[in-house]
Amino acid sequence: MTTHYLVLSALLFVIGGVGVLVRRNAIVVFMCVELMLNACNLAFVTFARQNGNLDGQVIAFFVMIVAAAEVVIGLAIIVTIFRTRRSASVDDVNLLKY
Amino acid sequence: MNPTTGPTLVDFGHDPLWLSIIKAVFIFVVLMLGVLFGVWFERKLISRMQHRYGPNRAGKFGLLQSVADGLKMGLKEDIMPRTVDKVVYLLAPVIIAVPAFLAFSVMPFGPMVSIFGVETPLQLTDLPVAVLLVLAMASIGVYGIVLAGWGSRSPYAILGGLRSSAQVVSYEIAMGLSFVAVFLAAGTLSTSEIVAKQAGGGTWDVFGLEIPQPSWYAISLLPSFLIYAITMLGETNRVPFDLPEGEGELVGGFHTEYSSSLKFAMFMLAEYVNVFTVSGVAITLFLGGWRAPWPISIWEGANTGWWPMLWFFIKLVLVFAFFVWVRASLPRVRYDQLMAFGWKVLIPLNLAWILLYATLKALRVPESNKAFILTLGAIIVVGGLAIWFRFDTLLQRRREAKAAQIEEEFEQLREEPEAGGFPVPPLDLPHYHGVLPAGQASTAVKEVTSGSN
Amino acid sequence: MTSQVPDLWPPSAQEVVFLLLGVVALGSALLVVTTRQLVHAALWLVVCFGALAGGYLVLTAEFVAWVQVLIYVGAIVVLLLFGIMLTRAPIGRSAGLDSGNRVTAATVAVGTAAVLVTVVVQGFATAYTPLEPGGGAAATLGASIFRSWVLPFEALSVLLLAALIGAIVLSRTDIRPANPAADAGGPAAPTTPPHPPDPAPPPADGSGATAGETGSGRVSRDGG
Repeated sequence: MTTHYLVLSALLFVIGGVGVLVRRNAIVVFMCVELMLNACNLAFVTFARQNGNLDGQVIAFFVMIVAAAEVVIGLAIIVTIFRTRRSASVDDVNLLKY
Repeated sequence: MNPTTGPTLVDFGHDPLWLSIIKAVFIFVVLMLGVLFGVWFERKLISRMQHRYGPNRAGKFGLLQSVADGLKMGLKEDIMPRTVDKVVYLLAPVIIAVPAFLAFSVMPFGPMVSIFGVETPLQLTDLPVAVLLVLAMASIGVYGIVLAGWGSRSPYAILGGLRSSAQVVSYEIAMGLSFVAVFLAAGTLSTSEIVAKQAGGGTWDVFGLEIPQPSWYAISLLPSFLIYAITMLGETNRVPFDLPEGEGELVGGFHTEYSSSLKFAMFMLAEYVNVFTVSGVAITLFLGGWRAPWPISIWEGANTGWWPMLWFFIKLVLVFAFFVWVRASLPRVRYDQLMAFGWKVLIPLNLAWILLYATLKALRVPESNKAFILTLGAIIVVGGLAIWFRFDTLLQRRREAKAAQIEEEFEQLREEPEAGGFPVPPLDLPHYHGVLPAGQASTAVKEVTSGSN
Repeated sequence: MTSQVPDLWPPSAQEVVFLLLGVVALGSALLVVTTRQLVHAALWLVVCFGALAGGYLVLTAEFVAWVQVLIYVGAIVVLLLFGIMLTRAPIGRSAGLDSGNRVTAATVAVGTAAVLVTVVVQGFATAYTPLEPGGGAAATLGASIFRSWVLPFEALSVLLLAALIGAIVLSRTDIRPANPAADAGGPAAPTTPPHPPDPAPPPADGSGATAGETGSGRVSRDGG
C-alpha cells in the first residue's frame, strides 16, 4: 500500500518536472510546479500514515501555504510582465541573460 | 446518543445503503421542489412588498407559475453559439449546479428518528470536518462562473465571470473567517455537533424569574453572524451584491450567452440551491439548527421525532424571506465599493473579532479575575473607539480636501473649458460671433450659436 | 508500525479505490502537460487535485483532503485561471506552447522516474500499515500544529503576509515616484510636446497642464 502511494507520488513528480521543462507559457509552468508540490504532499501524507503520527500531514499543510504564497507572487509577476511585454512566455523574458 | 442533544459523530456511518439512497433522493427532491417554491415565493413576496400582486394566473395563488416557467425553458430552442468552447460551455452549468447540491449532504435536518425500523439521524452524512466540505463545495462552484464567462466568448460574459469569481473568492474568505468564532465556541467542525452545542444555554436568574439564555451562536457570536449574513449575500451573488449579472451594465453577466433552454435553467437552479445552502449553513451554525426556538421548546416533544424538520424548514423559509427582503430594499452597490467593503471592512473586523473572542475564551477564568477581564475589555473598546475617531477625523479631513480640490477643478473648468483634458472646442472663436474667417467670403453668414451642433 | 504486507491479489476495496484514483491522477497530470489548450490544462489540473484529495481521504487524512479541495481547487487554480484570462489566452489550441528541449526533458524524466521508483520500491517494499479510520481529524492536527510546529507556523504566516504585500506592490500601477514632476511627461506620454516650464510646481493631478497647449491636456492627465 505504502509503496503504491509512493510510486504514484514519484510519477506525478516526474510528470510535473517534464511540464516545467517543456512548457513555454509561464502559467502552465506554474501549474506543473503545483503538480510537483502536490506529489510531495502525497508522499508526506503517506509517510504520516506509515509512521503513525501527524507530522507529515502538518508539513503537507505548510507546503500548501507556501504554494499559495508562491502562486500569488508568481501571478503578480507574470501579469506585470504581460503588461509591459504582451507575452506570457518564459522564453521571451530573457533580457537578464545578456 | 444523548436524547437531549441529538446525534453526534458516532451515530453516523451505520446506515444501510438503501437508507442512504433514500436520504439522498429526499434531499434532491426537496431541493428541486424548494427551487420551484422558492422562485414563486420570491416573486410573490417581492410583489407584495412593492404593492402589486405578482404571479396569480397559473394555479391557485400562481403556485404553478414556476412549473410553467420550467416547462417553457425546457421547450425552448437550444441555442449553441458558434464560437464557444463547446466542452467548457456545456460543462459550466453542470459544475455550478452539482456542488450546490452536494453541500446539502452534511446539513442536519433533525435528531435520531426511526425509518423503517432503523434508528438513524435525519442527516445524510457527517464528517469531523463537515463545514469545510460546505466551504469547499462553494469554492468549486466558482468554476462554473469562471468557465461560463470564459467559455461563452463574449465580452459581457467574461467581464461578468471575472467580476463574479473575484467577488465570490473574496467573500469566501470573510465567510470562512466568520466560521472561525463558531469553531472556537463549539470546539468542532462537525455540523451535527455544532447543532448539539447550541442545544441549551444556561438560564438568567432575574429576580427569581428564570429566563432561558439564548444558546444560539447568532446571539452569543453576534459579530460573526452579522458578517456571515452579509457574506452569504455576496457569496450567492444576490442583491445588493449581484454585480455579476448587473443587467444595466453587463446584460446577463456570466450567463449572457446562455440565453435560453435548460442550460439557463441550470444556472437558475444553482442560484436558488446556493441560496438554500447558505441559508442552511446560517441555520445550522448560528440559528440553532433544527432545534425549536424558545417558546416552542418549552414543549417537551419539540425536539424529538420528526418535528425538528418542521422547525428547520420554517427557519429556512424565514432566512429565504430575508434574502427577498434585502432584494426589495437595497440598491446594488458599485463594484469598487463591493471589493473595498469585503477586503477593508469585513475581513479586518472579522479578524479583530476573532482575536477578541479567542482572548476572552483563553482568559475565561473564575470570578476572581472577572474584574481584570472587564477592565481589559473596556480598555480595548475605548482604545478601538479612540483609533476609530482618530482615523475618522483623518478620513473626514481627507474627504474635505478632496471635495475642495474637485470644487477648485470645476471652478477652473468654468473659466477655461478646455483645461480639464476634454477636447472642447474653444467657445470664443470669431465665427461664433459673426466674424468671417480670413479668406472666406460669404454673403450669408449667420451667427452660429454654441448650442447648435 | 510496519505490518506484514498482504498479498497483492485479491486487492482490498481501498486498493481498488486507490488504483482508480491513481489512474485518474496520472492521466489528468499527463493531460495537463500535453494539452494544447491553456484553460483545459487548468481544468485537468483540477481533476488531478481532486483525485489526490480522494487519495488523502483513502489515507484517512480527512482534514488535509478538504483543505486540499479548498485551497488548491478552490483558490489556487481559480487564481491560475484568472492569470490565464488576464494574459489573454486564446480559445482553442495555442501554437508554440512547447519549447524545444523535449529530448532533454525526456531524458531527465526517464532518469528521475527510474531513480525515484527504484529507491521507493527498494526502500519501502515491505512497508505496510493497515488503514484505520480516524487520525486526520481537525482536533488532533490542530493540537499537533500548535504544540510542536508553532514556530514554522508563525514563520509561514509572516511569509503569507509578505506575499500579500508583495503582490499588492507588484500589481499596483498607481504607485509612483515621490516627485510628481519627475514623470509628468514620462513614459506614458512620449508624444507630448515639450512643456513650457511651469513657474510653480504643478498640483498632483492633471490640472498642472493648464498652462500648456490645449492638445496636451489629456495626455498629461494620463501621465500624471
